[in-house]
Amino acid sequence: MGRYIVKRLISAIPVLFGITLIVFLIMAMIPGDPATAILGSYATPENVAKLNRDLGLDAPLWQRYFIWLGNMLTGDFGQSFALNRPVLDEVLERFQATLILAGTAFVLCSVFGIIAGVISAANQYGFADKAITFVVLLGISIPSFFLGMMMILWFSVNLRWFPVSGMWPIYGDRDLGALLSHLTLPAIALAVVATGVVARLSRSAMLEVLRQDYIRTARAKGVHERGVIWRHALRAAMVSIIPVLGIQAGFVLSGAVYIEIVFQWPGVGRMLVDAILTRDILLVQGGVVFVAACYVLFNIAVDVAQSLLDPRIKT
Amino acid sequence: MALKQWTRRAALIAALAATTGLTALAPAPATAQTPPGVLIVGQIAEPKALDPAAVTAVNDFRILMNLYDGLVRYKDGTLEVEPALATEWQISEDGTEYTFTLREGVTFHDGSAFDAEAVKFNFDRMLNEDHPYHDTGPFPLAFFFSAVEEVTVVDPQTVKFTLNAPYAPFLSNLAYPTGLIVSPAAVEQHGADFGRNPSGTGAFTFAEWRSNEAVVVEANPDYWDGAPDLQAVVFRPITDANTRTAEMLAGGIDLMVEVPPVSLSEFQGDGYTLHEQAGPHVWFLILNAKEGPFAEKAVRQAANYAVNKTALVENVLEGTAEVAAGPTPPAFAWAYNESLEPYPYDPDKARDLLAEAGMEAPEVTFYVTEGGSGMLDPIAMGTAIQADLEAVGFDVSIETYEWNTFLGNVNPGLEGKADMAEMAWMTNDPDTLPYLALRTDAWPDAGGFNSGYYSNPEVDRLLEEARVATDQDTRAELYKEMQEIVQEDAPWVFVANWKQNAVTSDRVENFTLQPSFFLLLDDVVKN
Repeated sequence: MGRYIVKRLISAIPVLFGITLIVFLIMAMIPGDPATAILGSYATPENVAKLNRDLGLDAPLWQRYFIWLGNMLTGDFGQSFALNRPVLDEVLERFQATLILAGTAFVLCSVFGIIAGVISAANQYGFADKAITFVVLLGISIPSFFLGMMMILWFSVNLRWFPVSGMWPIYGDRDLGALLSHLTLPAIALAVVATGVVARLSRSAMLEVLRQDYIRTARAKGVHERGVIWRHALRAAMVSIIPVLGIQAGFVLSGAVYIEIVFQWPGVGRMLVDAILTRDILLVQGGVVFVAACYVLFNIAVDVAQSLLDPRIKT
Repeated sequence: MALKQWTRRAALIAALAATTGLTALAPAPATAQTPPGVLIVGQIAEPKALDPAAVTAVNDFRILMNLYDGLVRYKDGTLEVEPALATEWQISEDGTEYTFTLREGVTFHDGSAFDAEAVKFNFDRMLNEDHPYHDTGPFPLAFFFSAVEEVTVVDPQTVKFTLNAPYAPFLSNLAYPTGLIVSPAAVEQHGADFGRNPSGTGAFTFAEWRSNEAVVVEANPDYWDGAPDLQAVVFRPITDANTRTAEMLAGGIDLMVEVPPVSLSEFQGDGYTLHEQAGPHVWFLILNAKEGPFAEKAVRQAANYAVNKTALVENVLEGTAEVAAGPTPPAFAWAYNESLEPYPYDPDKARDLLAEAGMEAPEVTFYVTEGGSGMLDPIAMGTAIQADLEAVGFDVSIETYEWNTFLGNVNPGLEGKADMAEMAWMTNDPDTLPYLALRTDAWPDAGGFNSGYYSNPEVDRLLEEARVATDQDTRAELYKEMQEIVQEDAPWVFVANWKQNAVTSDRVENFTLQPSFFLLLDDVVKN
């Protein structure tokens, strides 16, 4: 197992290099530059050239790439133009917020998705199955940003149960209760679509398993139906559900961008959108590389978890 | 077995409760009102820095104007300068020497004294590449003071600026945030981190900056112009306009700037006050006068007659702007030519002009931006303009770009690419926009913003003369004459002057918006 993990980690290195190259080239190729974005109306060629020089953007492309890569290997992600602070400080702070939001949404979608899928499969074509399928379809069809806005309108503006936006209260203690009251709406809005997807796939994975001979055997030898479903079938179905969860983690992470904008959540998604619009090159590059690295590591973790459940997968 | 099953179910229920049940626990603090004496302002973005020399965005200026003072400032409700940190000044005969007498007894928030040395430090830091603290930049708007050759300390209360040529906008540039005075001691202490540890002489002192959450400033009890009524102001960045509106409705903020037109109706009730103020902004279409149909003056005028500006302003912008008559916004009251009437909406006249010019269905490529500073609702406006122009016989095709890409296409000039482009400017002096965007010497290849290649020697002369005249009345006459010629020549389609808006809750009193678009909070009261 240890060797397997090491092998996977080594294979991730070229992937990460590829990511640095791609994100660097994309930022170099898109039209518009940081100096123009900063100067706005006053971006004369003369002013732009001077500011580019001040920002260190007048070096040749390849030179800038290797300087950036070299600095990054020593832990220096550079300075954000638009925020005037170290990229790494900003990314770490923002990623923490995203992790709280996306992590909660991921737990919600995994727990409720699997439960709904299992109940659906256990009552195939029954009332519960139909009701769940209907709700799931509804959930998958609502764009998360729209759901988020509607939730704000209803629960925050009309009922005033939850704060509209942000992660912490402007005044008052920063305790768990304060965090939860800010987290509830965005986490639910973010989890809904993923919950639907997980529910659908869990249902079909369960149905597949429930047709197997050993399930019939288990039933025949008198195992209680709940035991058959939750212990025998679900455990086997998890082998095909876990990779789906891995993919959903990616969806939740990218879906967080919309939710962070709607709920003004100080996360890494909103940071990247702002950074792209202001052509804050180093912040975009640093942010993307960091998030991509986390995603790669997460996928390795998923593969390892899967191989633990099903030893045949290990290569 | 039964027990085991029971515990499993209990665990499941517990897990469910842990996730959903939190929902039930949470609501209590959400309805808490913001404390009295503390004003919470909904800003449109996180500030870049609180160093006035280093920033360019109006959003940042809104905070800075409350932390710092300049030598001069705009008189309440106008764009005319009055004394601030300087109590008076003399301008030499030839207009190249400005001598300021400084206010006595003023100290920076960090306790250091405000004097002539401090003023010199500020401008040297920005303009002199050899200054030990020049590396605390970059200072993108330093060119506002590029005419400054030297700053001399005459005595502790007197400072002299020597310009390389007479430059009339100098005083109003000093009133702009780029001219705000920072504490040299604080710059020396914090270096490049000064932008996060600001110290000025303003009505409020910096308290705290929580990244992406809030900038908190507190009242300066020793403010030379009278201590503010508020105890503190919290600036919250809320980038999404709908979310900002929701926060205002839910009571999470007391003051909201830049209310989107579609949300205005939400604030008609008794609980809110809607503020509006026309500012030094003009929204226009650059016409390519070098080639294509708009090389003909009659066709440019036809476009001005064809666009229904009243409908744009009332329907698309929901009354958040006024119809523009010429290149200079009326907010520059002293320099604005009151006799100018906007081009009326007259599609028949537009058709006649096109026919006279011998144009049949002239093809027009129209650059539209998706957003951008001061661009209001550019896509909807672009589409409406396209329809108006097509109604009189133009054949308009729109090309839409993201703002920075758009600027990258428009600023180098429209030649060979497009016939028409949207544009908007906010400036602090009537000199800026026409000087940078209407002179022959401001064509893109000469480093200016005259992307439509308009050229009229008479306009060039008037603008050059106005720039070196130090007498305001003389300048005003020159600008008024320029406006008449430019309106007649129609290098642009003059569309709208934006009215900045803000909403305050009924707990907020004494708030007014300024034509400068700055947010001044020292007289505001919150109950």
